[in-house]
Amino acid sequence: MNEGIITRVNGPIVEARNMERAGMLEVVEVGTEHLIGEVIRVRRGGLATIQVYENTSGLKPGETVYCTGRQLSVKLGPGLLGTIYDGIQRPLDRIAELSGAMIRRGEKTEPLDMSKKWHFVPTVNPGDELKPGVVYGEIQETDSIKLKLIVPPSQKPTRVKTIVPEGDYAGEETLLVAENNDTLGFYQYWPVRKPRPVIARKQLTTPLLTGLRVIDAFFPIAKGGAAAIPGGFGTGKTMTQQALAKWSDADIIVYIGCGERGNEMTEVLREFPELVDPRSGRSLMERTILIANTSNMPVAAREVSIYTGITLAEYYRDMGYHVAIMADSTSRWAEALRELSGRLEEMPADEGFPAYLPTRLASFYERAGFVETMSGDSGSVSVIGAVSPPGGDFSEPVTQHTSRFIRCFWALDRALANARHYPAISWHDSYSEYLIEIAGWWGQQDAEWKAHRDLLMEVLQEEVGLQRIAKLIGPDALPDHQRLTLLVADIIKNAFLQQNSFDEIDMYCSPGKQTWMLRLLATFTERSQNLIRKGAMLADINAITALPRLLRMKSEIPNDDKTAMANLEQQISSALDAIESNLR
Amino acid sequence: MKVAGLEYRGVSSIDGPLVFIDNIRDIAYDELVEITTPTGDVRLGQVLDVTASAAVVQVFGGTVGLSQEKTKARFLGSALKIPVSKDMLGRVFDGLGRPKDGLPEPLTADRRDVNGMPVNPYSREYPRDFIQTGISSIDLMNTLVRGQKLPIFSGNGLPHNRMAAQIARQAKLLSEEVEFSIVFAAMGVKYDVARFFIDSFERSGVLHNVAMFLSLADDPSAERLVTPRSALTLAEYLAFDLGMHVLVIITDMSNYCEALREIATARGEIPSRKGYPGYLYSDLASMYERAGRLRGGAGSITQMPILTMPSDDISHPIPDLTGYITEGQIVLERDMHQRGIYPPVAGLPSLSRLMKDGIGKGRTRDDHPRVASQLFAAYSKVKDIRSLASVIGEEELSPVDKLYLKFGAEFENKVVSQGEFEDRPIQRTLEIGWEVLKILPRSELLRVSEEELAKYYDEAVTIKSKK
Repeated sequence: MNEGIITRVNGPIVEARNMERAGMLEVVEVGTEHLIGEVIRVRRGGLATIQVYENTSGLKPGETVYCTGRQLSVKLGPGLLGTIYDGIQRPLDRIAELSGAMIRRGEKTEPLDMSKKWHFVPTVNPGDELKPGVVYGEIQETDSIKLKLIVPPSQKPTRVKTIVPEGDYAGEETLLVAENNDTLGFYQYWPVRKPRPVIARKQLTTPLLTGLRVIDAFFPIAKGGAAAIPGGFGTGKTMTQQALAKWSDADIIVYIGCGERGNEMTEVLREFPELVDPRSGRSLMERTILIANTSNMPVAAREVSIYTGITLAEYYRDMGYHVAIMADSTSRWAEALRELSGRLEEMPADEGFPAYLPTRLASFYERAGFVETMSGDSGSVSVIGAVSPPGGDFSEPVTQHTSRFIRCFWALDRALANARHYPAISWHDSYSEYLIEIAGWWGQQDAEWKAHRDLLMEVLQEEVGLQRIAKLIGPDALPDHQRLTLLVADIIKNAFLQQNSFDEIDMYCSPGKQTWMLRLLATFTERSQNLIRKGAMLADINAITALPRLLRMKSEIPNDDKTAMANLEQQISSALDAIESNLR
Repeated sequence: MKVAGLEYRGVSSIDGPLVFIDNIRDIAYDELVEITTPTGDVRLGQVLDVTASAAVVQVFGGTVGLSQEKTKARFLGSALKIPVSKDMLGRVFDGLGRPKDGLPEPLTADRRDVNGMPVNPYSREYPRDFIQTGISSIDLMNTLVRGQKLPIFSGNGLPHNRMAAQIARQAKLLSEEVEFSIVFAAMGVKYDVARFFIDSFERSGVLHNVAMFLSLADDPSAERLVTPRSALTLAEYLAFDLGMHVLVIITDMSNYCEALREIATARGEIPSRKGYPGYLYSDLASMYERAGRLRGGAGSITQMPILTMPSDDISHPIPDLTGYITEGQIVLERDMHQRGIYPPVAGLPSLSRLMKDGIGKGRTRDDHPRVASQLFAAYSKVKDIRSLASVIGEEELSPVDKLYLKFGAEFENKVVSQGEFEDRPIQRTLEIGWEVLKILPRSELLRVSEEELAKYYDEAVTIKSKK
């Protein structure tokens, strides 16, 4: 093994000499405690710069650096689901057993439980062709997820010589021997900074249903899409991310807590096992992988944590699953880059961020996609990144560069959050470019979905302008049809956009209920606009006794209660009929 | 093993709080250094950057009087550690944990690294025990729970100290009889501020239960960087080793950040926003995250840092980054203060993130979450209507809008405003909340449920009419 000698220690950045044979991005172990690090710069004279993923307090020049000869990789195989890892895939539950409540540095553990036996079902026979993408076996990892063992992309094409029969196997046991004597087991490694290969990328046509009305109806994201949630502190980024992790219709969720609060990860750990996935009926934790690099954990591991997360996501995508990955927050990741770049004394660009920030952001968001996998399945990775702009100012570099690489922008609004209107996604500043692509899918649920949605959106946009006038002359000075717009916009906001994530019914809104609500609100809007035009008074519409019920339908009508829906629809429509007949 | 106490004579350069020492060997990153001045004073320092033969040392005691030739440096072989013991309650220390009250060093062999170690998120217990502070604007609208980190964003001249003292005095749990022990850290504040806290603790008879770490305005700036860490190290010992419930009050974080900027500038680091170093976020997090509860452990650390926002600007990097790390913020508002409202807790920008799990059924009262949400919604509308009224005049407002204005005034006078020594139970606070809500027509209250309206709104009206 190659060894080097430390010449300088400056926080997480360590310099070493005698490193002629160390490669770029090679993993090294630093000092007597074997702290994990990565070579990030190689210079003339055998000098190398290393970023260390653990606290370097007490490290001395003169100590040894041990090269490992491999790149920073994750271990892939059964047992990932339901686990919480740190940024370099060390399982935090195992670490807690080993070093107690505080994380001791230099701790090393297997990412996956190697003693656990898995029930292996072979899917190839001796003599079959063996090449990348071939599924050679299956494991029921959890009740809802079947893990496919896929021949890794690096495998040279050959044939199967022997394969073990169906049965329980554990750890590093060899499952398959190829004719060229290569062996395959449960596990494989993959370098985190390298995207896993696919056959082709496909068009995005299916929505990632989130159960959040403002997203699904107004700013939808497609499966395989990329979205950003920018917002100042306290506007509900984490709340929105957690709601998405809970209710979106992905098969697997990878949740990365990147430089955020420890208690937030604890909350997920405590809450998810108790929550039930509305589709599979299983505990949400069974489909979730957590990556935690909280704000007090070493900063270099923060930089790598989002690559670790997305590599795990791609692994499941390759089996034909739809994976959604939440990165909270990409700003902390960018700041980690800035901190390391500063210590490397690189020339800064915008606000001290390194000039390669946009490149790195692009390479992360571009790993999202709906693909045809090496085994011919369809799978997707959707990426949702939170952005924490300093002072809530969206003109800062991370928000600006991010918005170039995503197509769905959910801007969180301070005023909405202050009024405790959650999710505080602004209908004024947000956008989704996926709308057109997935309107077809919604059209199959309700042919007029797009028309309803557009009508309500128009009212909301019109209201923004009217509010400006109303602020100058008072709303009462406006003509009735404009005051109707204000009233209807208010109803849309309260009845549809605002959603209470603690309410048993309202926390998740099914697509069926959403299309119904949209239809009801759109019909109400259209008919009352007509009535006003024909001479009805705004007061008549305001006096409709069913209005409070309309406002409470989100929390009082369960997702599948067709009778209650028809009932309310009937009440609203007869009230409008009554006003209409009085006009004649 | 290195020979502990190897002494080097002479330093190569001195720049602000930093000293550069050449021709050394076998020195570790973060190691503690004892600097002896030409006149024989001993000051402590810490290694910030080290190569095989040179080190950059940050001197906590300041570099005044140091010279190139006659300064001596002794490397102590470990990072800065402070003694920890239960006997430290009732005592006063400097930022480095040395007695400042004229009494001897605490008797203990237990010394802890002030930097602590990161808590494994897996080992945390999610905080959800409601703390009743007796202050309605906190209990009702921005509830504090045990193990939370909730800062006070204030401005110069606002009563943040009085408020912090009131919280320290009144904080209690409803479910059990436990006293909070208090660890108090002061960085760069004036002597009278420290005195105010000492007097306040003395008056309420809790001084024996308070440990103070003071690095006052005239103490060297580098010491401020260690002060909160020393305090938190003791707090962690009390909470996680001894199972006590600790309330940590840190004032003033803005002074801490200024000191950090000073050191960073002296090192010639690339500044990010407003000259603060790019790692300000990580640095603040390394302190704020030292709050919470551990799974299976009895104790807790509740943190209440105070910071004064430079020119009341909440988007300044110090409050901004703090707000991204802490679990909410209590924002004090100058306008309310000028109108004589105490405590001047701003209604809208204040927030407690852990509130949702600490209140409601079985904790405070069933209707609490929805009442709070309704008050927020209504008060936010008040703000809109006030700005409308300032343009078109109050007379022109619709009848409902006028009710909102009345609600706003009552909310500020009855719910927010209270006496500095008034300890309001949560039940009473909720009653007052409903009392002011009933100013608004029933149809405006959409955030509370029908049953709650029937139970409290209709009832509240009758109570009022009896009076």
